[in-house]
Amino acid sequence: MNTNNDFRICPDTGLKWHRPAETLIKLNAVAAVVFLLVGGILGLGVGLTRWPEVHLLGPDTFYQVLTGHGINVLIFWIIFFEMAVLHFASSTLLGCRMAMPKVGMGAFVLMVLGALLNNYAVMVVGNSSVMMTSYVPMPADTLFYVGLILFAVGALINCFLFLGTLVIAKDDKTYEGSIPLVTFGALTACIIAIFTIASGAVILIPTLLWNLGFVSNIDAGLYRLIWWAFGHSSQQVNVAAQVSIWYLIAAVLFGAKPLSEKVSRFAFLLYIAVLQLASAHHLLVDPGLSSEWKIFNTSYAMYLAVMASMVHGLTVPGSIEHAQRARGLSAGLFEWLRKAPWGNPVFSGMFLSLVGFGVLGGITGVVMGTEQINLLIHNTLYVPGHFHATVVIGTTMTFMAITFWLVPILFRRQLIMKKLACLQPWIFGLGMTGVSLFMMGAGTLGVPRRHWDILFSSSDGGFEFSAAAITMMGLNGMSVILACLGGAAFCIIVVGSLLFGKKIGEDEKVGDVMIAAPVTDEEYATNKAAMTIPGTLGMVAVFFVAFVLYYFINWKYLAQTWGLS
Amino acid sequence: MTSISPPARKIWWKEPIEKGELIWIAVVVVWGIILTLMMPFWHIYGDQNLSDEAYRTTPEIYMAKAQAVVDKYTVRTEGDMQIPVVKPPAGEDIYLVGRLWQWWPYFELKKDETYRLHIASVDWQHGFSLQPTNLNVQVLPGYDMVLTVTPNKTGKHTIVCNEYCGIGHHNMLGTIYVVE
Repeated sequence: MNTNNDFRICPDTGLKWHRPAETLIKLNAVAAVVFLLVGGILGLGVGLTRWPEVHLLGPDTFYQVLTGHGINVLIFWIIFFEMAVLHFASSTLLGCRMAMPKVGMGAFVLMVLGALLNNYAVMVVGNSSVMMTSYVPMPADTLFYVGLILFAVGALINCFLFLGTLVIAKDDKTYEGSIPLVTFGALTACIIAIFTIASGAVILIPTLLWNLGFVSNIDAGLYRLIWWAFGHSSQQVNVAAQVSIWYLIAAVLFGAKPLSEKVSRFAFLLYIAVLQLASAHHLLVDPGLSSEWKIFNTSYAMYLAVMASMVHGLTVPGSIEHAQRARGLSAGLFEWLRKAPWGNPVFSGMFLSLVGFGVLGGITGVVMGTEQINLLIHNTLYVPGHFHATVVIGTTMTFMAITFWLVPILFRRQLIMKKLACLQPWIFGLGMTGVSLFMMGAGTLGVPRRHWDILFSSSDGGFEFSAAAITMMGLNGMSVILACLGGAAFCIIVVGSLLFGKKIGEDEKVGDVMIAAPVTDEEYATNKAAMTIPGTLGMVAVFFVAFVLYYFINWKYLAQTWGLS
Repeated sequence: MTSISPPARKIWWKEPIEKGELIWIAVVVVWGIILTLMMPFWHIYGDQNLSDEAYRTTPEIYMAKAQAVVDKYTVRTEGDMQIPVVKPPAGEDIYLVGRLWQWWPYFELKKDETYRLHIASVDWQHGFSLQPTNLNVQVLPGYDMVLTVTPNKTGKHTIVCNEYCGIGHHNMLGTIYVVE
């Protein structure tokens, strides 16, 4: 039986931490940051090699480092962090005990083991420079696949523990009515994760058997179809998790309630309902698939997932604006935003992430996911440019922002170097915006992704990309350095705080306000303007105009290339 | 209550929707429909659409077809590797081979004429990236993909490989000349 000793009430937030869950949240978060550090250093190598004047690494090392960079940051950092988010959104937010924490520990060990084996194959054995996608029939080391499979099994176990914890909370009646919106968002992430990992098993297990010689052939087209059901759906897990954290930050910093529970929850549901089909937009110029199939599956029958993200893009800042106006910051269009806590990295990180994800990542994702426009973009540097906006500015910056909030209340340590922490989202965000923009710019001019030598200096009869493309690769390299400084600042602050930050006793207060009082119905009632969120509507209107213009510019650009019929 | 607590009203799904939210939802629904319809629209009125024509093949069968075209229409060879430059008549089926680490053979095509360009890999996955016009398709082993192409600019075009295919990936180049 559980006793009260198994729980700790946070003096700052009132959150009820189940101690075994708390331990697992800490472990998963720390593992995440370790892999972010490794992957980030490898990313610096990639960026400096792509800078034509620097061209740091040799070809073997470059492809090896590029593989390791992708897997460590895109898979290990993000998924370890998501495991922490799942446990937090279930056990902590619902104030209940976690289901089977010992199994959770086993899952954690499996994931660490899997991540280490995969890294061993890529970085130490060195015969697995196959990129994150490991497209057949290019072979990798057996341990490469075994590592990924073990990691995925661990993650799958954590998903089921999350669901089990929801059942416990319901049984123990630790909450009334419906689960909170943040937990609901985490639930959608969990459901998509289960689909994702099932797809991963369907393709990685046969690939392992092929690698071991039990299966003679894996069809290259089929591999891509199923692999992307895994590879892309996992990005939808990230979106669901990161949007949940946006709502969490709006709640803890502003006491904001969602504009409408119904709309926000329905938008989350759309992610589950339609995102599974998302592998199609990676296959728009693949042989053997019909245009009807491509159009239906990229538009998810009507771009429903894009619509869901556009709705969250309004409701998150909208709920903040609503709360700020209710508290009296209601002058003009933007007083609520101007007087937001920009000096707090939890807010600035989250808000920059929201804008960068929507404007840079969202718009470009739809453009390149259009069947015919993909002819201009497929496998160019535009692709990594796009996903550095979604996965790095979006997911990673959001996770960094919430980490600054979690260090004091979870790890009971004061943040060190608070001034640097305030700057961190700006440094990292600016650097990553450059990375994203310059890669997309070079990609538009045809520069290929996953390519060591875009000057073709080592091949006879080479090709010269335009001077603008080469310049952009230099600017990309400089942006990489800036982003790495921001990433390093994050790692130094977090690891430094855990090791050397001033300890905070369990009953001691942090000192700063860690959770804002919810805005009351009376406060909301004072804000009687006809339109409660004019500033947010203005921002989404600008976003929308940019979206429409950029979309049609790309059709114009497409019309200039060779005729294809 | 905020997003980290259960909704204050148990029957939250009956609460009215904010007016601004409703406007935005209407905008994104209409935009979603336009985005979806643009693709079939371009199939009808646009000039850049994949034919979706593709066949199962094997390296042996595909190489034999490519060799036959090379034997028939080669006009010269280029470079140390003596790569044949094939100049086929308009409308002909021509075969481009992607292999480690070369696009073979080279072609010389006429501007504004149409050709049936077959592309396949005979080993790993490759990426056909035509520069500077910037046209990109995925190339897979086992699939013979047919592009019905109409070059619209004269000059030397380079085929870059833009799917990572191992240590020689960055040296994998090909050429298509377009002449009047």
